[in-house]
Amino acid sequence: MQTQSEIGYNSKIEGDVVITRIDAALAWFQKNSVWPMPMGLACCGIELMAVGASRFDISRFGSEVMRFSPRQSDCMIVAGTVTYKMAGFVKRIYDQMPSPKWVIAMGACASTGGMYRSYAVLQGVDNIIPVDVYISGCPPRPEAVLDALIKIQNQIGKEPILSKINVVAQFAGSSKS
Amino acid sequence: MLNLDLVNQLKAKFGDIISEPTEFRGEITVKLADAEKIVEVCECAKTKLGFDYLVDISSIDNYGEDPRWTMVYHLRNFTNGAELRIKTNVSEEKSELPTVLSVWATSNWHEREIYDMMGIRFSGHPDLRRILMWEGYPYFPLRKDFPLAGKPTNVPDVAFTRVTPMEGGPFVTLPSSNDAITREPRVRVPEGAEPGLSDKQLAKK
Repeated sequence: MQTQSEIGYNSKIEGDVVITRIDAALAWFQKNSVWPMPMGLACCGIELMAVGASRFDISRFGSEVMRFSPRQSDCMIVAGTVTYKMAGFVKRIYDQMPSPKWVIAMGACASTGGMYRSYAVLQGVDNIIPVDVYISGCPPRPEAVLDALIKIQNQIGKEPILSKINVVAQFAGSSKS
Repeated sequence: MLNLDLVNQLKAKFGDIISEPTEFRGEITVKLADAEKIVEVCECAKTKLGFDYLVDISSIDNYGEDPRWTMVYHLRNFTNGAELRIKTNVSEEKSELPTVLSVWATSNWHEREIYDMMGIRFSGHPDLRRILMWEGYPYFPLRKDFPLAGKPTNVPDVAFTRVTPMEGGPFVTLPSSNDAITREPRVRVPEGAEPGLSDKQLAKK
């Protein structure tokens, strides 16, 4: 029994060929599926929920998969007032996220402590973790969160991911030996 | 008047340690001379006078005066709507009084909050831990001698604190018809200081 199978590229089905670098392709995959870790700590968390809901719809940018496990997320959105009591946990969750990872400081409190000039509040989450994009506002509009996400995406698009992975692999290898 | 009747019953039972009731805007306050008797008084208020709800316990820091602490118990009677406030003083050296947990179970967290913020202890409390700050935090932040900006601390693997830059604050909006920069200043010069000096320059002086 003879079967006829077509091996190779069928241009009638697949369309024309696009040639790119692996780095650019990986960055393109990655930037369109940023999975956020919603670190909702105060009222900004409510606005973050609005970003995820139908009216603003963060899924248009490929980031609708809010993961409540740091192991499965790329981008921590720190939404709200970081108290000193919470700061250790925020740092720990950030450390648990796999690299490469990004951080958005959403709103005045996460960025600078905001109006809470007080003994109890960390004056900006950048005191404990590196922040890529800050959003102003108290709380920010959902459009501002989407704008920050687009900025993160542009940043990811420029990052040489392969070499970054190599660095991580080397680092992991060196720490084992 | 209903509230006064209830207070007079309390006074009849405990005598001199309950002060004459004072009335302000329809609210009755009595002072209890001996803080150690707070459980007996509360027990009586609940069982005999029907104050079945402890609205709140709060504490006042009379910094610089003796006795330093004033405890305030807000009671409410759900049946007839009567309200009563009991105040009692505690000295700084003692900083301790009996828990009223046996009377109202809700006092558990109220007392933990007072312990956390003011450092007043409640003898007989089964679980006197901090409720807002973390275990190991060395200060009591609602005391008058504690700065709003906080003090640097570090409990390894739990939490740290730093001194908050106040930049001349805390800021309060000034009522006026001027522009927003005048109404809500970013930096406020303390009274008596020369204008245009930063906090650091003031500290040097």
